[in-house]
Order: sequence, then structure tokens, then C-alpha cells
Amino acid sequence: MPKKNIEEPTWRELPVGCVISEPGNACRYKTGDWRSMRPVVDKEKCIQCGVCYLFCPDMAIYKNDEGFFVADLYYCKGCGICAMECFTGCISMIPEEE
Amino acid sequence: MSTNRKGIEVSIGAADAVAMADVDVIAAYPITPQTHIVEHLSEIVARGDLDAEFIPVESEHSAMSVCCGSSAVGARTFTCTSAQGLALMNEIVFIAPCMRLPIVMILANRSLSGPLSIWNDHSDVMSIRDCGWIQVFTENGQDVFDHVFFAFRVAESRQVSLPVIVNVDGFILTHMIEAIEYWEPEMVRRYLPEFNPVNRLHPDKPVTMGAFGMPGIFTEAKKAQNEALLSSKVEILNAWKEMGDITGRYYQPVESYQADDADTVFLTMGSLSETVSIAVDRLRDQGKKVGQVKLRLWRPFPFEEFRQAVKHVKKIIVLDRALSFGGPGGPVASEIRAALYGEDNMPLITNFVAGLAGRDVTVNDYMAMAEKTEQLAGSKVRQDDYIIYGVRE
Repeated sequence: MPKKNIEEPTWRELPVGCVISEPGNACRYKTGDWRSMRPVVDKEKCIQCGVCYLFCPDMAIYKNDEGFFVADLYYCKGCGICAMECFTGCISMIPEEE
Repeated sequence: MSTNRKGIEVSIGAADAVAMADVDVIAAYPITPQTHIVEHLSEIVARGDLDAEFIPVESEHSAMSVCCGSSAVGARTFTCTSAQGLALMNEIVFIAPCMRLPIVMILANRSLSGPLSIWNDHSDVMSIRDCGWIQVFTENGQDVFDHVFFAFRVAESRQVSLPVIVNVDGFILTHMIEAIEYWEPEMVRRYLPEFNPVNRLHPDKPVTMGAFGMPGIFTEAKKAQNEALLSSKVEILNAWKEMGDITGRYYQPVESYQADDADTVFLTMGSLSETVSIAVDRLRDQGKKVGQVKLRLWRPFPFEEFRQAVKHVKKIIVLDRALSFGGPGGPVASEIRAALYGEDNMPLITNFVAGLAGRDVTVNDYMAMAEKTEQLAGSKVRQDDYIIYGVRE
């Protein structure tokens, strides 16, 4: 039997009244699907100030082990606010097709 | 058997029944002809005779919103409205059944304006025909009283968990003084168990209610809602059976009068049914094989029982108390025709739109409708050949 995709329940599997019994499960929702442009950081220019992290409306930017702020592509919708706010201009928005 | 009969205004009886059902929350806004029901409930709560919250909201939209909230935390919830009030609550009315909130509403049926009118017809309930609530019609004061308990019993059943509308014709039923046999408190306790909801907003077991449904889930949600309404019929029949065992009054989804050997039947809903019964008696006296079929259950529509009730019938006279403008005439006739489509020997169906905004429909009027239907026998009567009865040309 193939594993059933829990995101596609049949009508019988829906809980009564469509209640959601697992608190905080919105974190499983992949908003990264919406993205048409992806933020890419030029590490040569980045000063690790974190202004992108502060402005990201979806809290989709995290600090990686090297100390750089990068987007979590599971959630990043590609709005480009980080690129707009970046002081050094180190973030480029790259079309997803490439 | 109880002999606790009272001569009482039907609205007051209905309010007493709601209080006897021990509701926890009543949220309502006054509107004619519903007022006597909620005013009396407000008095009962103010006197301290009923331990409930009476929430005098600022609009019907708020009333239904409050009802959703209180039902969601597990409070037995009641509201009551009419026509324009129902129109104002409309948005939330459709949400309650999807969230499976077992609210009970008495709808004191009144015509939707305009012209501005406070009198009785069924244009209000027909405007929310597809709202997903269980919907029943009542014929007299005893029906109304009994169906308050029935409504809570069915709505709150864990197999159902859906809201219920009890339709009561405004003025011509709500404001009548009739003999009503009151239930003993012990009968209510036996018939109506404590409300034990399937889901409840409670910190011990948090749930989210009313979340949005993406296109990937919406169709399944609607299918589940439809199946819930269809399968509620098991508990509806069960609740009527048990009520009969307690009160001696056995209600049915479709009820008949003199219909067993009839070749022509009137199809009625609500309080005009009793007048039609008198017309049936007179037509029988003239040797005409006329009977009557009454729809008590409107949603879920009792297809099976209805088809059985008219199986042998050659002509059906459908009474409509509302008009589908620019459409197929009356909404009831439209559904009756649809229910019989594809059946063998489909009967002739005539559709009379009558009794709009409280205009009297008398015994003689029904006899005239029967006569007109007799004249039309053998001819082709289509969906759009409805007759607005008694209109001045």
C-alpha cells in the first residue's frame, strides 16, 4: 500500500466539523510553493547585520551556522522585502525557473 | 399520559418549552412576529426561573455569531427570528452546519420585504433552503411545543451534531391561543439527555474551529456536510418514535390525510394544512377522491417517504407560500416535480402560489384550486405554468 498523503484526506477522514485538533500545525503549510523569485545572498557583500531577518514578514529568514542570514525556502514566498531593505544590496531576487 | 393541558398563546408555549429544555444561552434580537417568544424567555431568565444567559444582541448577525460561539463551548443554545432578521443573520447561518454546531432556531415565518411586510408566508425560510440546517414545519401549537424538544434532541445527538430550524407560521400560528399539552419535567429529562458535544472549545483539549478550507479540501468538506445532513434522518426518525412512545403523538417526515385511496392530493407545509383538511372533508362529501399529503420534514428532504405517499396519485396540487422570481414558480412545487422526475406514471402537478404576506386562503379557495386542477386533467402542465392564486388582474 502506498503511504496516504495526509494533506489529501477523503471526506470520510475529515474530522467532524472540520476541526483542527493539533495546535500549531500551520507550520506544516508550505508557503514556499507560492514563490516565483528566490532571494540569494552574495556572501562577499553581506555584513551579517540581520536587517533582512527583522523585515521578513513571514519570519522565514534564519541565521545559519556560518552566521549568514538566509531564507528558509519551505516558507519564503519570494516577496523581495529582504532584498529591498538590505543595506549592502547583497540579496538578489532570482527567478525560480533558473 | 399527561393531562397537563393549557389554553395558551403558541409563542408563550414555545418559550416555556425552550425553558423546560434547560437552555444555557439565548441570543436574539426582537422582530415581529417572533417577539413574544423571546420576550417571554427574557422574562423567565430575568425572574431567575431559568439559569441561562439571555444575550440581547445589537443585531441578528450578532445573534447567530453568539450562538456559534456558545454552541462551540458546549452550551445548549437557542435563537429565534423572522424574515429580515433571518436575512441579516444569513452569513453566519450557513457557517453553523459546516462547523456542526447544534443550535436550535424557531423561525416565525414572515414574508421578506419589500414591500415592507410583517405578515406570514414562507419566503424567509425558502431564502435559506440550501443553508444545511435540518428544517421541519409545524402545523399547530402542540406541534411547536413538541418540536422544541425534538429539535434539541436531534441537533445535539452525537450522530447528528447539526443545527435545526423549527418553522412556525408567523401570527397565524405564533399568535394563536390553542390547547397545548405540556410535558412533565420528567418526560423532558427522559427524552432530552445532557448536551455532550462532539467537539468543544476547551483548554484541556484545544481545537481550532472554523479554519479556512483550501480548494484541495473544500469539496470533501461539503461532501462530509451533505452526508451528515442526509444521515441525520436516522436520528430524526428515532427521535419522533421515542417522542411518540412518551407522548402518544407519533410524527412522520411525510404525513397524510385521506390520501390512501385518493387520486388527487393537496401538498402542504405548515399551518395552512389544517384548513386544507377541511377542504378535503368537503370534497370527500361531494364524492371526490381527494386527500392531503403534508411535508413535515423539509431538510433532509424525505424523498423515499414522499414518493411512497403519492405512489398511486394522479394529480398533486402543490401550495407554495413563496415565489421564485423569474424561475419555476413556487420552490416547493419545483422540488416536488424534481423528486418525482423519472418515476413511472408521473402525476399531473399543479402549482398555486397563495397566502403571500398573510393573505387569507380559505376552504373555498382550496376547493377552487381542486376544481381548476380537475379542469387541467389531461392537459400538459409544465413547471412554468404556475398560478398566482387570487391575484387581481
